[in-house]
Amino acid sequence: MSQIEKAILDLGALDCLARQRTAIHGIDPRAKVAVCLVFIATVASFDKYDVAALAPFAVYPAALMAAGGVPISLIGRFLVYACPFAILVGAFNPLFDRQIMLELGGVAVSGGWVSFFSIICRFLLAFSAALILVATTGLNAICASLTRLGLPRVLTALMVMLYRYIFLLGQEANRMKRAHDLRAVNDQGVDLRTYGSLASLLLLRAYARGERIHAAMLCRGFDGEMPMTAISRFSIGSAIFLIAWLAYFAAMRFLPLPRHLGEAFLEAAR
Amino acid sequence: MHMGDALISPAVGGAMWATTIGLTAYAAKRLRAENSEKTPLMATLGAFVFSAQMINFSIPWTGSSGHLGGGLLLAILLGPYAAFLTIFAVLAIQALFFADGGLLAMGCNVFNLGFWPAFAVYPFISRYLTCAGLPGAGRLMAVCIPAAVIGLQLGALGVVLQTLASGRTDLPFTTFALYMQPIHLAIGIVEGIITAAVVAAVVKARPELLAASSAQQMARSGQRPLAIALIAAALMIGGVLSWFASQHDDGLEWSIAKTIGQSELDPPRSAVHASLAALQEKISLLPDYDFKKPQQADAAEGEEEGGEGKDGEKWPAVNAGTSVAGIVGSVLVLLLAGFIGLALRRPPSGKF
Repeated sequence: MSQIEKAILDLGALDCLARQRTAIHGIDPRAKVAVCLVFIATVASFDKYDVAALAPFAVYPAALMAAGGVPISLIGRFLVYACPFAILVGAFNPLFDRQIMLELGGVAVSGGWVSFFSIICRFLLAFSAALILVATTGLNAICASLTRLGLPRVLTALMVMLYRYIFLLGQEANRMKRAHDLRAVNDQGVDLRTYGSLASLLLLRAYARGERIHAAMLCRGFDGEMPMTAISRFSIGSAIFLIAWLAYFAAMRFLPLPRHLGEAFLEAAR
Repeated sequence: MHMGDALISPAVGGAMWATTIGLTAYAAKRLRAENSEKTPLMATLGAFVFSAQMINFSIPWTGSSGHLGGGLLLAILLGPYAAFLTIFAVLAIQALFFADGGLLAMGCNVFNLGFWPAFAVYPFISRYLTCAGLPGAGRLMAVCIPAAVIGLQLGALGVVLQTLASGRTDLPFTTFALYMQPIHLAIGIVEGIITAAVVAAVVKARPELLAASSAQQMARSGQRPLAIALIAAALMIGGVLSWFASQHDDGLEWSIAKTIGQSELDPPRSAVHASLAALQEKISLLPDYDFKKPQQADAAEGEEEGGEGKDGEKWPAVNAGTSVAGIVGSVLVLLLAGFIGLALRRPPSGKF
């Protein structure tokens, strides 16, 4: 199975997960989008060397995964796509920051390693939050809530349409790649000239397809705006969800709970 | 492979989100004014860019592989406003579904990958694409390769500056820049070649598409995208790049130092000089491109700082005063130039 087919199947898997019916799926998408964005901003606002303070924030993805029916293997699968940028750049921290910050059972740990670990934790938290948002909400609902929140309609209509066309054109690209691979001598990859031809051909097919689809939509009464039916009234449950999680994030951001717990534990152990 | 949330602070992420939302609203407004129903075409081309990015090709002589970026291609085929919105949509889907780029960092990613090709580079090249009929392969290569290189260099520089401004990494500026800029130079050249090849194919098979988008741009865009790009560049240079100004003496100070041993002449003691100097001190809001220092501290520190000289200051001299001075200065020059331009405008009745 080629890389493109895998990507399309993974997209489809996320789409299927978004169509489940659980308590989390029933919550208003606007509340879920707002909570996710605040979560990511709060996690990003921690200091460079904060690691323990990030621990309470793992509750949010864990709770939503359990309640929303999102399997943990999904996170693992998508880690393959997730950007290694943060890890690559963060990996330089241990090289540049050599000041010893703490001692763990006889091993001196430098500040660089602490900040690198902090970056990894932040990356995992933000990454799983975004994936869980899509797996419990679905793109149509997210776009509808973003339109309600003020994003231009052109943009959200574009995103919804683009999402649908990815499946069509992705399969087209997959067919072209497979045709090339079956004719390639000695399993050689796509070189620059061939890529130019493939990309041009894909583009021309995309144009032709786009025109046919546009004509078909016009025939069925398309007026430039995608119908957004995924939003209903903001229920009490959604309001409780929103307020409870925002309060939790604020509390965990400003009260150093792990430190207190750790100190209490050490006191009790003494 | 776009910027993730782990390296961005909320301040930088929020600021770039605000910029991106502003640009999006502007692009949507201009697209509505153009009155052409382009959404299905934008969506198909966006899906094309998405799919084309999944096919990797091997870059000659390096053994690594790459894929099409697509920003410049979209700008040439759709025009700047539609291209910017399409890039936003593609990056949003990548961030949501493939976690390729964080949600907080999406403002930065859209700005780095969308603003530069669509609004900064494209206005310069649009006239060269159809100035003498439909472009041939040679003209396309000559136009697209520098355009792609410049767009990607500016985008990579944006990534470096945003990461450093967030303060989560210990990489110094020079190392990070020396790591990012050459790679993106190579990527830019390849991207330019591919863009030129694809546009050449479009010109051969569907020449009316290129002519249509170019004609629209010439009719509607006027000077605005160029002006906006230049203002953005001025603010960036004045606000941020001014920190990296050389700390050494400039040509005049160096010559004076070589002649009399200090880099500035003592002011003469006449009354006119004294009163003018006092006047200048009173009216200057940001003396020496920095915030006004309080009087007592100035007198005490003046002796010590004079001794340390320029080598004692660290570089880059990150300083809010310099940024404010740079930005305020740019705005004042802009207002003054605009005022002069308005004053010298010809009367509209066409008497000349």
